[in-house]
Amino acid sequence: MARFLLSRVGFGLLVLFLLSLFVFLLFFIAPGDPARVIAGDKATVEVLAQIRAKLGLDEPIYVQYWLFISNVFQGDLGFSYRNQLPVIDIVVDRIPVTVSLVFGGVILWLGIGIPIGVMSARKPGSVRDRLGQSFAVVGISFPSFVLGMMALYVLYFLPAKAGWKLFPPSGYIPLTVDPLQWAWHLVLPWCTLALVSAAIYARLMRGQMLEVLGEDYIRTARAKGLTERRVVYRHAMRSAMPPLVTQLGTDIGLMLGGVIVIEQVFGLLGVGNLAVSAVNNQDRPVVIGVVLLGGLFVVVMNIIVDTLYAFLDSRIRTAA
Amino acid sequence: MSVLDVRHLNVRIPTEDGVIHAVRDVSFSVDSGDFFGIVGESGSGKSVLVQAIMGLIPGARITGEVWFDGHDLLTMKPDALRKIRGRAISMIFQDPLSSLHPQFTIGWQIVEQIRTHRKVSRAEARRMTVEILGKVGIPDPDTRFSAYPHQFSGGMRQRVMIAMALVLNPALIIADEPTTALDSTVQAQILDLLHEMREEFDATILMITHDLTVLARVADNMMVMYAGHKLEAGPARELFARPAHPYTSGLLRSSPGNYEPGTPLVPIPGKPPSLLNPVTGCVFAPRCPDAMSKCWSETPPLRTYSNGLETSCWLTEAPSEPEASEEMQDVSTLPITVLNPNTTELATPIVQINDLELSFRSKRGRTSVDVLRGIDLAIFRGETLGLVGESGCGKSTLARVIAGLIPATGGKVHLAGHDLSTVNHEQWRSLRREVQLVFQDPYGSLNPRRRVGSIIGDPFRIHRISSGEKRKKSVQQLMELVGLNPEHYNRFPSQFSGGQRQRIGIARALALNPSIIIYDEPVSALDVSIQAQVLNLMSSLQKEFNLTYLFISHDLAVVRHVCDRIAVMDKGKIVELAATEQLYADPQHDFTKVLLEASAPEEKPQSRAFPELLSTVHAGDLTAGDLIAGGVR
Repeated sequence: MARFLLSRVGFGLLVLFLLSLFVFLLFFIAPGDPARVIAGDKATVEVLAQIRAKLGLDEPIYVQYWLFISNVFQGDLGFSYRNQLPVIDIVVDRIPVTVSLVFGGVILWLGIGIPIGVMSARKPGSVRDRLGQSFAVVGISFPSFVLGMMALYVLYFLPAKAGWKLFPPSGYIPLTVDPLQWAWHLVLPWCTLALVSAAIYARLMRGQMLEVLGEDYIRTARAKGLTERRVVYRHAMRSAMPPLVTQLGTDIGLMLGGVIVIEQVFGLLGVGNLAVSAVNNQDRPVVIGVVLLGGLFVVVMNIIVDTLYAFLDSRIRTAA
Repeated sequence: MSVLDVRHLNVRIPTEDGVIHAVRDVSFSVDSGDFFGIVGESGSGKSVLVQAIMGLIPGARITGEVWFDGHDLLTMKPDALRKIRGRAISMIFQDPLSSLHPQFTIGWQIVEQIRTHRKVSRAEARRMTVEILGKVGIPDPDTRFSAYPHQFSGGMRQRVMIAMALVLNPALIIADEPTTALDSTVQAQILDLLHEMREEFDATILMITHDLTVLARVADNMMVMYAGHKLEAGPARELFARPAHPYTSGLLRSSPGNYEPGTPLVPIPGKPPSLLNPVTGCVFAPRCPDAMSKCWSETPPLRTYSNGLETSCWLTEAPSEPEASEEMQDVSTLPITVLNPNTTELATPIVQINDLELSFRSKRGRTSVDVLRGIDLAIFRGETLGLVGESGCGKSTLARVIAGLIPATGGKVHLAGHDLSTVNHEQWRSLRREVQLVFQDPYGSLNPRRRVGSIIGDPFRIHRISSGEKRKKSVQQLMELVGLNPEHYNRFPSQFSGGQRQRIGIARALALNPSIIIYDEPVSALDVSIQAQVLNLMSSLQKEFNLTYLFISHDLAVVRHVCDRIAVMDKGKIVELAATEQLYADPQHDFTKVLLEASAPEEKPQSRAFPELLSTVHAGDLTAGDLIAGGVR
């Protein structure tokens, strides 16, 4: 197990290294002068040269990259061109918002998606199945910004016009400050995020369950005289879960790197929001920081999924 | 006293294509302590029958009565029926790997069964589980309790299934093809175990199988099913000795074990009917050698004979024994040019293998598994060499090495005079014509999206031999040669039956006039009546064109029937190689002896006098009560 983990971690580090190289090169090739971004349009040539020298931008690319990567290993991602704050602080500052959004959403979408999927699979073709399937199609086809804006209109704007304060339209209150306010501010973003994913997971779960319910060992479970509940929730679920875990790991990893659309709609200052503004501002160090953070999340989630898999699958566990 | 009494059972299953009437007015009863066998080919409705009465087929429409322990299972509430399942009636299924949950330990799975039906403590359930595992022959049951199904061999897994079925001491055990997925030596052990357990637990066993030889070993009473109908039933001994129904006698005739090796088999012609259509008259009439005119129009009566047989047939005398006939038309009239009969060169080996080794390395090359260990073998023109052995012994791998699909890691393989390790790419291309394969699974080995004509035409296309109309003509000639209708050139594989698909595979293999055709379990996925047709085709083609076959099989009866010489493989080695009859008469190696013992031939049907007809009940004679209960039309 330790060997396995070590090799996965090594592989993850390699991925992150390649990712950093790629992003770095991308910026080098891309047009735009960082010095101009920092100094503004009216800066003189001398000022620009001074800035370049200070940032090391006049060095050859491999020297720049070397400087960058050696700093990264010391936990230093450089400073924002925009406000001169350390990138690491800027990025870390945004993480709690995104993490709150994603994990609340995950719980919600699993809570909706899995039961719908199981329900559909238990009686394929039935009314319940068709309802579940319709939910999936609708949920998948709605862009999340439309859903988000509809939620805002119905649950914030209309009530506000009538004088009720049902949900806040935007903002984030840290969990440590006031848990109730935290949850209250996040309800709409959670629901918006969850609805789309719940639809995808309902579909995934239905497919998995249908496949597993056709297995011989499910017939054995029924022949043993188990209740249908136990057959479905103990025997079938056990085999239907691993593919879901894989998908979930990838999804969480990706989303922790920033839920761009939903953060924008609800004015949440999360990682996604940071990414958007950094790109708009041509704030190269921050963009690199956000990309690396996203990559790190994906890599970490993958390691977690692989480890979980070993516990979920007796065949993998006992082979080691 | 009967444990299970089935009366006028009908099972209809709605599908996309229409309603499949899978079981049609079947009545039988199983006595307490009986070993009752149901035999039938695929699609005969035997599995559907038992699963339907156990409430395991959702959506099935079932009529009739199934009496068990004073209750009609068909009218029971689902929850009451569930309480009978696993406690009073338990089931054993065909494939013990897929029938056990891969993610739970076997101990957990048996404990779950106990605790579902009985209020016992975990510790007590565990003690019961360990005890029963020991009884069915699992060594060291206390530690194996926590093992997962994949950590057992096939035979051991089936023992676990049997333990699970026995643990609550059920009144009836239903075994659905319990030995089909197992090697013949293991198969014999499992049958013996079932037999022992029946004595020990005083259980009643209802066993379903397609394999007559299996039932001949163990069954007291049996029933023969065909296309959803019960055709014949009675004491197994009588049924094997003197069947009164032409279908039963046809099945016995189709088994290679009942023949002198090398003689043509007498298969049942045709194939089973679709279960979507209603039947008028006798369902077997289209394939019956004794069919009379009324067989086509009138439902056959139920006749009872003095030896206890019940037969649903118009015939009142012994079924006729048709002579073997060459199924093929005279091939010499066919303008086949691709095939080139050659009667000389008997002494030159087509395949010569010396000290062949093959090992697979694991990841990073730390460990390696030796699959083939020092194989010496020669295959001569015009002969059929049989290759037998248990699963995992390396026989299919050897075939793949000969076909050039896997490179050997040691030793030499000469194919038609070329050393396979030295041939270059271009030479390989032409050498591939010399060796062709026919695979086991006629369903999986043909691309379902391609037309049969283009599948059979592939060799002509790949080797750029002919194209267009010329190719089509060659393909149609091949189709005719293997007994397919050339007009079906544009059909898809799914429109053919299993036996016909295997003919497609044979036609494709024949196309380039290969030096050797390798058959890898060519008939093991086929029903016995269809199997006989395919075996006959293979041997008549061989005689006609002086073909050379390498025939891989686990079925010793089939191998004995078709092979000139037999090589016995065990753990990657050929342990014995001898002429067929010599091998059977005087096996030298211990493993060969074990193998032969496991497949000891059943008693051949003796020619006894045909029994006396005791009574005849016509369909119209049924009482009003029967009609209501059974829904007889």
